[in-house]
Parts: sequence; structure tokens; C-alpha cells
Amino acid sequence: MDLQLKNIGHQYGDLDVVRGIDLDIPRGKIICIVGPSGCGKSTLLRLIGGLERPIEGQVLQVGTPPADSINPLTFVFQDFALLPWRTVEGNISLVLEDHGLSGKEMEAVISDVLARTNLSDFRKALPKQLSGGMKQRVAIARALAVRPAVMLMDEPLSALDSQTRELLIDDLVTLWTREPFTAVYVTHNLNEAVRLGHSIVVLSRRPGEIREIVNIELPLADRTLGNHQLEEHQKRLWQIMREEALAADQELIDD
Amino acid sequence: MTEPAERQKLVDFRGGGFVPRSNRWIGLLIFVAILIAVEIGTRTGFITSLTLPIPSDVFATFVELWRSGLLWKHLVPSITRLIVGALFGVSIGITVGILIGLFSIVRAGLAPVIAAIFPIPKIALLPLFVIWFGIDEGSKYALIAFGTFTPTVVATYGAVDNVDRSLIRMGQSFSLTWLSIVRKIVLPGAMPGILSGLRISLAIAIILLVAAEMLGAEYGIGAYILEAGSLYDLERLFVGVAILSILGVTVSAAINWVESRLLNWRV
Repeated sequence: MDLQLKNIGHQYGDLDVVRGIDLDIPRGKIICIVGPSGCGKSTLLRLIGGLERPIEGQVLQVGTPPADSINPLTFVFQDFALLPWRTVEGNISLVLEDHGLSGKEMEAVISDVLARTNLSDFRKALPKQLSGGMKQRVAIARALAVRPAVMLMDEPLSALDSQTRELLIDDLVTLWTREPFTAVYVTHNLNEAVRLGHSIVVLSRRPGEIREIVNIELPLADRTLGNHQLEEHQKRLWQIMREEALAADQELIDD
Repeated sequence: MTEPAERQKLVDFRGGGFVPRSNRWIGLLIFVAILIAVEIGTRTGFITSLTLPIPSDVFATFVELWRSGLLWKHLVPSITRLIVGALFGVSIGITVGILIGLFSIVRAGLAPVIAAIFPIPKIALLPLFVIWFGIDEGSKYALIAFGTFTPTVVATYGAVDNVDRSLIRMGQSFSLTWLSIVRKIVLPGAMPGILSGLRISLAIAIILLVAAEMLGAEYGIGAYILEAGSLYDLERLFVGVAILSILGVTVSAAINWVESRLLNWRV
């Protein structure tokens, strides 16, 4: 299943958030969306995922999601959004319970995703016992459990420290290499974008419009820390974004 | 290292205090100290027998009450009234509170009504309840139920309002059913607020219990206190008051226990 954005525009009251967004999200690719703060990246993601309704334009599903997909459009949130009163496995079973799976099937899915995210030893832990990185791994495991057609990741690593972020980037690359998934990955971190994105969409400051789309051909697995080619890309992205970021930074906020 | 050694001084520590630490023994110590002081004061005549009873006499009266079996005769109806009344008030209160929290229409309709009846001293309505529900147990149940109902409603819908919206959005993003979101996200999320509301409502329930029993009951802690008061029997009065105190502490301990079981996920 692919996604197609057609001339998406959205406002909150008088405030134009995003405008005229046309974008294709092809199967098996990670699309990164970067832009200065307040440019409507997260709003755009919520529009794609159906958590908000766009005022202008349409988000289209092209083709049908795979039959075994329980929740085709699945979010991974910046704040993890784990239920603190449920254990790791409870948080994963939460999203499976409403879909008529037998206990055995559910158990199999949970074991599988926990193994894939290296969490098998933490099954019975409560979120309060986990570090930020582990919490986000649980959230990723939960997202994988519903076999999404498209993962919608809203700054998934922004609440983590930089070492944990490196580890999780590696995890995501490994996950993708083993079994390519489709993702829209919103971030303000250009390094994450060049490490994970097959193409990178740069938004302008508010109201967000597409400034440029940068494609990176290098396979994800080869994008090591300090790779020369990636640094060139990151530098170029920063040149595009710098002015926008500066202008966004100096904007007065009036309510 | 050739320079003359400069004067060394420890950096002053100034980060102390302002951290609450638990020390349960001090509370008990103060309590015992007050009792001993009163005991000495009343025995020496420094405190007259009209002002305060001798604590050891109060204790003796309590033991006698226990031995004679009258303690249970007073305590059982009181606790029954408390449980029945509070059960009605709290369960209806939580239900209405959740409905107000979930549905804007219910909120628009009921929130002002609740705000209007909250400040009414429920004791003032006792005569009315006597007419409506009868002079015996019915009116007492109703008074306690009504008194616990309003604070429970207010605490519950406040708690529902405070449930982390991002968790609800997460539930929606995984296409959970509405009922699942309410049952698995909203209710557990509101539980801390509901339980702390319960603390207040149950304290109010004890106060109303005594008030109801003072206005017409043969047996019950309130009746016992009223009788002691009208005879100016300070020992028995204080026994009654101590029983209420113990009742309050027990209820609070019970809520603590429920909290530690239900809310062990809290950081």
C-alpha cells in the first residue's frame, strides 16, 4: 500500500499550518520530513494518520493494505505513550486485544516483536522501570505488533539522549534491513534524517510548504557514523534549512 | 608547586533542608507525650476534672464498654450505615463523574447542578430525608450517600479530565474501540484522582454518620456521644471521639492499601 498526499492544507483558526503539500509515500521506503520548529511537521503526520482531518486536500491510500495488517497506519510517538499501569507485554497486548486474536496468536506476536526489539528479558517490567531508550523500543515493538503498512514516526528519538539515539538508529536500520517497512519519519534532527531517510522532505517555516526533496541512494546499512557522503548531504540540508530556521526562530508569537 | 600554598577551605554546604522525610515515630511520640502531659495535669489537679477527663479513666471506660459488649452494639450499626451509605454515594458518584467527564452534553447539564448542591450542608437536609426515607435507617443511608456523592463526582470528573490526552490519542491511533479506550485508558488513568477524592468523601461520610445518629438513633457512635455529652460524662464522650478517630485512621489506612495495590505503577 502506498500513500498519496494531494494538495494538503490545514489551518488552526486563522493560523495557516501547512499549505499545498503534494507527496508520494512509496512502499518499503522511509520518508523523512524535516523543517524548523513550528512548521507543521507533526500536524502533517497526524493528517496522514487520520488523527486530524485536513481542511484542504486529501490523503489517499493507493492499493489495499496487506491482509494480515491489523492497523495499517501506526504511530510511534515522541513521548512513547505507554500505559504506565501495564507491563511491557501488557502494553503490546493492548493494541491486539480488540482484534479477535486467540490467546495463542497474541502470545506468538508478542514474543516475536519482543525478540525483534531485544526486549524479551523485559516482558514483565513496568514502564517506570525502563530507561527512555527502552520505553521507545517498547513503543516500536508495539507498533510492529499490529503489522503496519505504514509507520508514522513523530520525532521518535527526540526525547532521548544522543547515545541512546545512536543505538536506536542502529536498531531501526537493522529492523528495516531485515524486513523493509514503509515509514514517514518526522524529525528536526538532520543527522537522523540522513541516516534513516531514503528521501528527505524539507519543509519551509510556517505555513509549511515543501522546499525541496533530497533523495539519498546509499543503502541504510552502509550509512555509518561519520560517512563522508552523508555529511555532504547533511551540510546541504542545513544550507536549505538555515534561513528558514533563523526566520522561524525570530518570529514573534502572537496569540 | 613552587608557589606558596594558598589557604584551603571547604566549600560551604548550603543545599540542605526542604526535603520532606518520613518519620512515623515522631507522630506517635508526640501523641504519647500529649497523653502523658494530660494524665499528669489531671492527676495533679492542674487541669480540673471539668476541663478534661483523666486519660487512664477514659481507657478504663473503653475497656468496660468492650467487656459489656455494648461496644459492638454501637459500632456494628454505625459501620453498617457507613458502608451502605458510602457505597451508594461513591458508586453513583463515580458513575456520574465518569459520564460528566466523557460526554459534553452530560457535563453541560449536570456540572452546574452538582456545583449548586455541593455547598449545601447536607445535615440541613436531614429533616427532609426523614420525611422522604423514614426515621430509621433509610434517612441515615440517604444522608451519608448524598454527602459522599457530590465530592466523589467532582473528584471523578476532574480525574477523567486530567487523563493524559496523548494516551487517548495513542489508543485512537491503534484503532481501539471507544469502550476499550474508556476501560483500559481513561478509567485506570483516572484512578489516582478518584482514590484521592475517596479520601475526602469517606471522611465526610464519618462526619455525617455521627450527625445522623445524633438526630435520632438508639445505637451508634453518634448516639453514644450525644448521650455522654448530655450527661456531661467526659470519659464516655472521649471514648466515643477516640473511636471515631480510630475509624477515620482505619478508613485512611484501607485507602492507602488499595492505592498501593492499584497504583503500584506510579513513579
